[in-house]
Parts: sequence; C-alpha cells; structure tokens
Amino acid sequence: MMQFSDWDILRNLLLAARWTLLLSLIAFTGGGLVGLCLTLARSLRNPLISGFIKAYVELFQGTPLLMQLFLAFFGLSLIGIDVDPWTAAGLSLTLFSSAFLHEIWRGCIDALPKGQWEACRTLGLSYLQTMRYVILPQALRIAIAPTVGFSVQIVKGTALASIIGFVELTKAGTMLNNATFQPFKVFAMVAALYFIICYPLSLFAKHLENKTHVTR
Amino acid sequence: MSYQLNFSGLLPYLPQFAAGIWATIELTLISTFLGLLLGTIGAAGRNSRYRVARTLWGCYVEIIRNTPFIVQLFFIFFGLPALGLKLSAWQAGMIAMVVNLGAYSTEIIRAGIDATPKGQWEAGKTLGLSRRQIFIRIVLPPAFQRVYPALVSQCIIVMLGSAVVSQISLEELTFAANFAQSRTFLSFESYLLTAVLYLVLALLMRQSFAFAAKRLFKNPSL
Amino acid sequence: MSLVSIDQIHKYYGENHVLKGVDLKVAPGEVVSIIGRSGSGKSTLLRCINGLEAYQQGAIVVDSQAVEDDEYKLRLLSRSVGMVFQNFNLFPHMTAGENVMLAPKLVLGQDSKTSRAHAQELLEKVGLGDKFDAYPNNLSGGQQQRVAIARSLAMSPKVLLCDEITSALDPELVGEVLKVLEQLKAEGMTLILVTHEMNFARDVGDTVVFMHQGKVWETGPSDEVFASPQTSELQSFISAVL
Repeated sequence: MMQFSDWDILRNLLLAARWTLLLSLIAFTGGGLVGLCLTLARSLRNPLISGFIKAYVELFQGTPLLMQLFLAFFGLSLIGIDVDPWTAAGLSLTLFSSAFLHEIWRGCIDALPKGQWEACRTLGLSYLQTMRYVILPQALRIAIAPTVGFSVQIVKGTALASIIGFVELTKAGTMLNNATFQPFKVFAMVAALYFIICYPLSLFAKHLENKTHVTR
Repeated sequence: MSYQLNFSGLLPYLPQFAAGIWATIELTLISTFLGLLLGTIGAAGRNSRYRVARTLWGCYVEIIRNTPFIVQLFFIFFGLPALGLKLSAWQAGMIAMVVNLGAYSTEIIRAGIDATPKGQWEAGKTLGLSRRQIFIRIVLPPAFQRVYPALVSQCIIVMLGSAVVSQISLEELTFAANFAQSRTFLSFESYLLTAVLYLVLALLMRQSFAFAAKRLFKNPSL
Repeated sequence: MSLVSIDQIHKYYGENHVLKGVDLKVAPGEVVSIIGRSGSGKSTLLRCINGLEAYQQGAIVVDSQAVEDDEYKLRLLSRSVGMVFQNFNLFPHMTAGENVMLAPKLVLGQDSKTSRAHAQELLEKVGLGDKFDAYPNNLSGGQQQRVAIARSLAMSPKVLLCDEITSALDPELVGEVLKVLEQLKAEGMTLILVTHEMNFARDVGDTVVFMHQGKVWETGPSDEVFASPQTSELQSFISAVL
C-alpha cells in the first residue's frame, strides 16, 4: 500500500481541482449562451414560447441537480449516445445554469421602472430599439453582480458530478479518503480548496453589488 | 430511439418510494424549522454590538456559502467521527441541512433587517423600548415578511439539495430511486419518476408557504 | 423652573461643527417653534433633547433628568419626552391601535385591556376612533401622523418633540395635524417643534427660536419676533417663507 503525505494529498486535490474549474467554466459559458437565447426568446412575448421557457425554468429549479445529472447520464445512453461522465456533467450543468441565469437576467430586465418603456414609446422608439438602446444597457449593469454570484453556485454544483464518477475535487477527496483513512483532514482540505475558488467570486459579486447600488 | 419506457417495472418498489418521500418530507420539515431558527439567531448575531459575535457568525456564513453541500455532508459524516463525534446518517444529514439553511437564511434575514428604515429604530427608542424589544417586536416581523419569498426559495433549494444525503445511505427519496434502479436496471425511469416527485414536493412546499403567509402576515402589503 | 433646559451644547459630526453653543429654556406648557433654513442645526438640536443624537459639550436637562449617552438613562427619559417624526415611522405590521398600545404594554407593563382602552381613547382624541384596526398603509398621511401623535401620547410624556411633522404631508392634510397640536396646547402640553408652518408658529406658538449656522440667532415671543425681526438673517428668512 502506498503512503500519502499531506503534500501528496494536497497535490492530488489540486490536480483534480483543475477539472472542477474546467467543468465550471464549461457550464458557465454554455449556460450563459443558452440562457441568453432563452432571455431573447422570452422578450419576443410570444405566449407559447414564454410558456415553454417558464416550464423549462420550473423544471430545472424544481428538481434536484442530482436528478438532472442522473437523467442526463442514463437518458443519453437510452437514445444511443455513448455517455461518459464528462458529457453528462457538462450537459446537465449547462442546462441547469441556463435556467438560473435566464431567471436572473429576466429579473433584471423586469426590475427596470416601467417609465423607461413608456418614455421610449412616447419618443417613438420601436420595441427592438428600446431593448437595444435603453433597456439592455441598464439591465446589463445590474445583472453583472448576481451573475458573478451565481458562478459560485455553479462551482459548488460541479461537486455533484462526483456522484456519476466524474473525477473532480470532491471525487478525488473521497478517493483519497478511501486510500488514507483520514476523512477529517481530507474533507477539510477539499472544503478549503472550494472556499479558495468560491470566496473571491463571492467577494467580487458583493463588490459589484455595492458599486451598482451606489451609482444607481 | 426504439427504447420503450417501462414504468410498470417500478411498481413493486412503490413502498420504497413512499417511504423515501416521507423521509424527505420529514428531513425538510425539521431542517426548515431549525434552519430558519438558526438563521434568525444568526441575523441577530450579525447585528450584535459585539464584534466577536459578528465576526464569528460571518465566518460560519461564508464558509458554508462557499463550499458545496456534499462536502459539508461528507465532512460531518466522515470527518467528525475522527474527532470522536460519531453520528448516524440521519443525524449527519439533518445537521448538514440545518447548518446549511442556517447560513443562507442568516444572510437573507439580515438583508431584510438592513432594509429597515432607520426611523423604525428611532421610533422604538423614543417610546422607551429596549434594543431587544425593538429588534423582536418592531424590526424582525416586517424584515421577515420582506424577505419571505427569498426564504421560501432557499428552503426549497435545501429540500432539493437533500437528494445528496442519499450518498451517506440516508434512506430518503433518492436513496429509494437508487435502490429501485439497482434492482430493476430501469435507471432512467427511476430517476424520471423521482424527479417528478421532487417537482411535486417543490410545488407543494411553495403552496404551503403561501398558505402559511396568509396566516402569518396580518398586513399583506407593508 | 424650566421643564427643558439646554445649556451651551456643542455637537460635531466629525469635523463638522453643527451646534455651536446652543442655549434654550422651555417652561411647562410652553409651545416653542424652532425655525431656520435647512442645515441650520434645528433638527439636530431637537434630536439632542431626547438623546437620539449625542452631543459633545454642554448639558441638557429634561424634567430634572440629565440627557446623557447611556442607553438605560435614555430609556427612562423617553417616558418624559415623546417624539413625532416627519415620516411618521409607524410600525407597518401593526394596526393603528397596536401601534399605540405597544409601548405602554412593553415599557410600562400595562395589561392588554387597559392599554387597549387607553389607545382607543387617544385615537378618538386625534379624531381616529374608527381606525383602531386599520393598518398604516391604508391611512392617509394626515391620519398616519395623527396615529403617530396618539402613539407618543400613550406614554404620557411631559414634552412632545415634533420634527417637521407636516413636511411630508399633502397641503390639504396639514390642517388636521395642526389642529391636534392646537388641542394639545390647550390641554397644557409642552411642545417643541421644528417647523416650516410659519402661520402656526406665529399664531399658536408662544416662543420662536430662529437658528442660523448652528446658533440660536434670534429668539423671543412669537408675535414680536415675526412683527419686528431684529437681525437681517431673520428678516430675509421671513420674507422668503411668508
């Protein structure tokens, strides 16, 4: 049996943390793109599309992320796609993120005073012009802080990918624990690494939030 | 695409699912109650005039909010026994959920408290109320009402997050699904059914909270 | 013997010297109007009297209690000094009646029955006997302010501080609030008000205090001060607001 020093544990965790970061990045980018499409589609105000998006959001916000992972993992193989944990985790985290990011962004658009729309109408601006020149620039400013804040949820969400066998930080932790029988130390280190990734993001989100509050 | 979904194969496991649902509800009820209580105490602590209390509680909140729930769970279930604190799966799962909700609700309730107009404190002071009386009678009730929607969402998130406690063999809904799929190999069906059950639970929770709000808040529009 | 005695108080916000040695004596039953431009320190002075603001030098004595920066003493003081705010500061989750009952129950330990009867009486006095169960957001501004007055009267204060209590009101609602103040004066209540209602200050008030640059610039009986202001600052102030 191999002996693990503290440094070995930390080194292995750090190596695994790369995959946590990469998966988070994929989910954030993919979720952002899909969420953007949803937000644009929703702003068309077609009741059918809006209804569909609402159901989509309800589905992802009303079920456990773990179920979404399981369904992606087992469901993709049903339709004949060869799934590895990467695909399943990437896909489900992307969809999960898109639902939440869409909700956040839609909220920011809705948060703008109605008077902005009314002012644009009296000035004769079209719907798209109103969106492009008045609503989006303002909505974007207030959207940045909660968006950064949500990235923390994504990083934490990737931990669940460990359950379908994706070797990231948490999975590496359980594996190292099985090898070393030092659960206290190993999971404390795992938690610390997550904290090191997430806390700066949280701080940044808070900083942005304070800034928008001051200038508003 | 020729695969036919087979839900009837799950029928023999309905008792397991029923027991799982009940366990999830039980976990959720207890952790919601205790978690919100912890959050209220925490919000008071974050508002304390003692710096130590503020700092310590701030650390707790930030640690919990910046680490995944599953790691918190593993730390409590696998890590704490190393310190001589042996916990059953139930105890560990419950503690993890309460501690988790406690941290989030601390921040939510605190935001509600921070939104209290300064004049409310002043009015209480000029009437001769003590700090504690002002906090409990004047500041807390509207603050709670103000952030109620956010608290409801957080409680639902904790309920959904409880799926993870199946990983320490706590026999709740997801555990039942794992059990059924391991026996029947109807993985997709098991998890689809379970996802729907969670969705129903989430909707029911939202309804119950809305119902409770009607009784809790006598003045619906502050 | 004065009920309120302010002796050479100085107040700083950091570097900013907002009260520069203010003196004021108020006799029982007197109605004192503090007037002046915004930033002259008049609201700050009022808030020093019940300890909402701490001051750095000088002394304030109200009803033979020294106003000091001590939570316990200030709580005792609040039985003698009531305050009504510009923005009412009613408690939004309580009905009008509950707002009035709260402090007598919590601070004086009155039982529900006594405090309820007393609250009803006070609401009737301010003309809102039928609004006991109404929530603040269902009342007009004038009604809310009258509830706020009833709420401070519930502690039977010896002096009532009014901080621009009509400034947040629509013009047509000002009269109903001022009428309550007149009635209180008739009953012998001591009132200190920071106000922009010059007619009220002149016709109902006994004494006017004109504050300027953190000092009592000019003071005297209302009718005299308004009829023949001595300083050019007060002259220009009066001609600007009247």
